Amino acid sequence: MKNDRKRTYLLITIPILALFITFNTIPLLRGVVYSFTNFRGFGNYEWVGFRNYIDLFTDARVGSSYIFTIKLAIVTTIVVNVLSILLALALNSKIRAKGFFRGAYFLPNVLGALVVGYIFNYFFTYLVPALAEMTGIGALKTSILAGKNTAWIGIMVVCAWQAVAMNTIIYISGLQTVPEDVYEAGSLDGATGWKKFWKLTFPLIVPFFSINMVLCVKNFLMVFDQIMALTKGGPAQSTESISYLIYNNGMKGGQFGFQSANAVMFFIVIVVISVAQMKFSGKKEEQL
Amino acid sequence: MMKQKLNPAWLPMVLLILGLSTIAFPLYMTIVIAFKQPSEMSNTISGILSLPEHWSFDNFREAMEVTDFWSSLGYSLLITLVTVVLSILVHSMIGYVLGRNKNHNKFYGFVYLFIVSGMFVPFAILMMPLAKETAELGLANWFGVILLYVVFYMPMNIMLYSGYLVNIPIALEEAARVDGASTWRTYWKVIFPLMKPMHATVAVITALAVWNDVMTPLVIMAGSGVNTLPLAQMNFQSQFGTNYNLAFASYLLSLIPILIFYIICQKQIINGVVNGAVK
Repeated sequence: MKNDRKRTYLLITIPILALFITFNTIPLLRGVVYSFTNFRGFGNYEWVGFRNYIDLFTDARVGSSYIFTIKLAIVTTIVVNVLSILLALALNSKIRAKGFFRGAYFLPNVLGALVVGYIFNYFFTYLVPALAEMTGIGALKTSILAGKNTAWIGIMVVCAWQAVAMNTIIYISGLQTVPEDVYEAGSLDGATGWKKFWKLTFPLIVPFFSINMVLCVKNFLMVFDQIMALTKGGPAQSTESISYLIYNNGMKGGQFGFQSANAVMFFIVIVVISVAQMKFSGKKEEQL
Repeated sequence: MMKQKLNPAWLPMVLLILGLSTIAFPLYMTIVIAFKQPSEMSNTISGILSLPEHWSFDNFREAMEVTDFWSSLGYSLLITLVTVVLSILVHSMIGYVLGRNKNHNKFYGFVYLFIVSGMFVPFAILMMPLAKETAELGLANWFGVILLYVVFYMPMNIMLYSGYLVNIPIALEEAARVDGASTWRTYWKVIFPLMKPMHATVAVITALAVWNDVMTPLVIMAGSGVNTLPLAQMNFQSQFGTNYNLAFASYLLSLIPILIFYIICQKQIINGVVNGAVK
């Protein structure tokens, strides 16, 4: 009997583990190996040691893709979380047609980011300038996607439009865990408005706050579809995210080896951020 | 204070209705542009916002032809459905084995950590080697994409399933074993049906992620002559991107399946997504 159990467990684990290793571990290791070569994606290649890694730090295009991606991730995370906390508070208050509102506000999350990006691309390129022309808002008369300093705002708007839906629904489930009597006790002590939120509600939803932070930062650091649909990295490479650069130059631009090194560094950055976030949020929850 | 008590929710209600325009307006514009003819597009506010002169489906007919809509829809459905079914069968099984053994067996404990830490691996680092590997193995096609999805969503789903297992008492399995059922049979007859709520969660998050994914099919099956719905939009954009009415008809077509799915199973989808993120 015991042998049957052990054998069954092994027979299940081994093929699935093999599948995982074949399509996750092996390509990961191959990526690390390629990062030490000057492979172009085809033909012969040579070992170049740490050359690619040294070049990463002097390559202006790689540098600006990191700056752009990190800036986008930080700003979008803040915008999304502020908006979704407000929206969650409103959706969790005593309103009519709660189910309808929740359903409607969650809708953007189920739509594909690429197509949403294409739709907003048209809005930014034609609709917003046309409206600006008529209302006389000078700053918006040219497409924000065409400006080197403004294109990232368009990407942020599209990322936020979809992410707010997700984060709001998570904050709502957080707010629902806050018992009513906390508020009753709070209102006896005279806590209202902002103070009530900051001192009573927020500490109780910190676990949900950290889930949202992890989700946001990770998703936005890996942003790809929105870039593809809105700017293709332009204008003048000002909106090249790390993933987009690796795809564009590694898959199509003959920099297979060099972009593999970039991908390895990106992987390390993601691991460090994820571990730091888990440590940080773990500690915070313990304190409470 | 007094006012708030008398009228408990007018302020959030007003704000919510105003806020809804940020969602309704883009959708309205998408529908309107998809139905208009290029000659109806103008640069005045009323011209932009107005409804089309006639509700004709010509744009949709043409967009379907140009993007080979039914074929891309078919492949998107095929890839999503097979991935979801395989995920439920394979991930629940391995999630069960690892969940039951990881705490008292070093080997399974290691396998669990090994697979779950795959969650930190961004697609960016796998993409180039996988493009090579799938080509070498003859898997640079829709089937290869499915296999990759089963691997990519394995870490997350294993975590969900083995977490859920805590709710299922071991006594149930032991009872079945006393009755002489094999481990395999016990799993499928007793445990698998009990994990139904988690199957729903896994199905929803896997289906949404696969349906909307662009990068994996783009990198793996771009040369195979077969498209998923997002890939078809991408090709369309590069060839016919200047006819906006046609483009919007095509975008709308590609959004309709998920919109229908969302309208029908809205509750399950929201619950699934929340469960997946919070657990």
